[in-house]
Amino acid sequence: MKRFSGFNLIGEAFRSHQGWPEHWPDKAPKASYDAIIVGAGGHGLGAAYYLAKKYGITNVAVIEKGWLGGGNTGRNTTIIRSNYLYDESAHLYDHAVKLWDGLSQELNYNIMYSKRGVLMLAHNVHDVQSFKRHIHANRLNGVDNEWLTPEECKAYCPPLDISPRTRHPVLGGALQRRGGTARHDSVAWGYARAASALGVDIIQNCAVTGIRRGADGAIEGVETERGFIASRRVGVSAAGSTSLVMKMAGLDFPLESYPLQALVSEPVKPIFPCVVMSNTVHAYMSQSDKGELVIGAGTDQYTSYSQRGAFHIVEHTLAAICEIFPIFTRMRMLRTWGGIVDVTPDRSPILGKTPVKGLYVNCGWGTGGFKATPGAGDLLAYTIAHDAPHAINAPYNLDRFRNGRLIDEAAAAAVAH
Amino acid sequence: MLLIHCPYCEEARPEVEFVYGGEAHIARPIDPSAFSDAEWEKLLYIRSNPRGRHHERWRHTHGCGRFFNAVRDTVTDVFETTYKAGEARK
Repeated sequence: MKRFSGFNLIGEAFRSHQGWPEHWPDKAPKASYDAIIVGAGGHGLGAAYYLAKKYGITNVAVIEKGWLGGGNTGRNTTIIRSNYLYDESAHLYDHAVKLWDGLSQELNYNIMYSKRGVLMLAHNVHDVQSFKRHIHANRLNGVDNEWLTPEECKAYCPPLDISPRTRHPVLGGALQRRGGTARHDSVAWGYARAASALGVDIIQNCAVTGIRRGADGAIEGVETERGFIASRRVGVSAAGSTSLVMKMAGLDFPLESYPLQALVSEPVKPIFPCVVMSNTVHAYMSQSDKGELVIGAGTDQYTSYSQRGAFHIVEHTLAAICEIFPIFTRMRMLRTWGGIVDVTPDRSPILGKTPVKGLYVNCGWGTGGFKATPGAGDLLAYTIAHDAPHAINAPYNLDRFRNGRLIDEAAAAAVAH
Repeated sequence: MLLIHCPYCEEARPEVEFVYGGEAHIARPIDPSAFSDAEWEKLLYIRSNPRGRHHERWRHTHGCGRFFNAVRDTVTDVFETTYKAGEARK
């Protein structure tokens, strides 16, 4: 790997930038590895990177059915925040936010993490009480989150209309200043490049077709389109397709896969300085560095693997955006797309061991997995390396659906997150 | 938006008239107190989530208001058939 630096950039400028090597070589699979990660999204590539970097396991392969970062990593709305209500959630998501800080330097790759702040609007008395409760819970967990009056909201985000005569008046807002956005593709590319430099093989266009288990039930390796690859440790980080991979190992999972849509407008000059979310009206928006307004819609009501959603979901979202931001009613939308998200019954992820020895899982991030990318990668790597979960992801076990110790963020957020 | 044929109204209507009811043919326990934790887990949380033919429930909320079952392909979202509640799995 040739490092990106001002010095190297100037040097390359003298020879038409012909000396940059490929970011990651396309590898043919070896016969065996110390660990295999299924799924080359941000989470999977992050796990491979941390396995090699922090936990000393460099003989690792990342196997991807499609192309690197082409699933939900490349389809999300790039929001980063950690203002979750429950202790377990705050610890998990804040672990990720701490890793986002300095990730560009660590990977030597600009992931464009921008702490522009995430402002959640309160429109009624219930919102005010609920958000203040969140703020106090966050502060007890060392997560920054503060209450803003309507005037302070307006000062922080000038396009807001805080007039009391609007249909959804702004009674205040909860602001997490460390929240913001990052360039999603760069996260996948940065992890892939850094992991590859540490010896990780990235194998694209190679679907897993089966999981081989020995007589004792333990993992022996994975069958793929390019032959059998042996490994005693397999980590699955396959988002919407996790149910399908787990079925190959004989496991039924508490997951359902839904289409989730997002859309962007035509690019315009900088007008929207932060991320604004309104759970009550069910709309959220930010502006990318390219100038597009980035808007997240809801999931469709039915399960699907189609990677596309219904148009009335988009219409509903835009109606909500127009209610809160009449300034954007004449903006033209450029593109809409869908991704398949794996949703758990309590809307919290499953991250840890499975009943099969040597099989580890990172799934169930539902509609909000991007923000957790570095944290999920690190914790999956820790769990694989130690054959035991870290204290942060220990509550996110599979057993909770049997013993009832759910982490019910669905009720806490009262909306998809 | 999907077009869904309601087997009671005998008419294809737009999806917004319907509410999705989750996986079909999940039987409730006859004797709940005899259920083990593993059986409760399977009943409440484990779902087949297939890629392909999926048996599911829909309710024609803004029509006849009745629940019915459907078979839909989860890759193409095309309905294979819909049938009344109580009929055998198709």
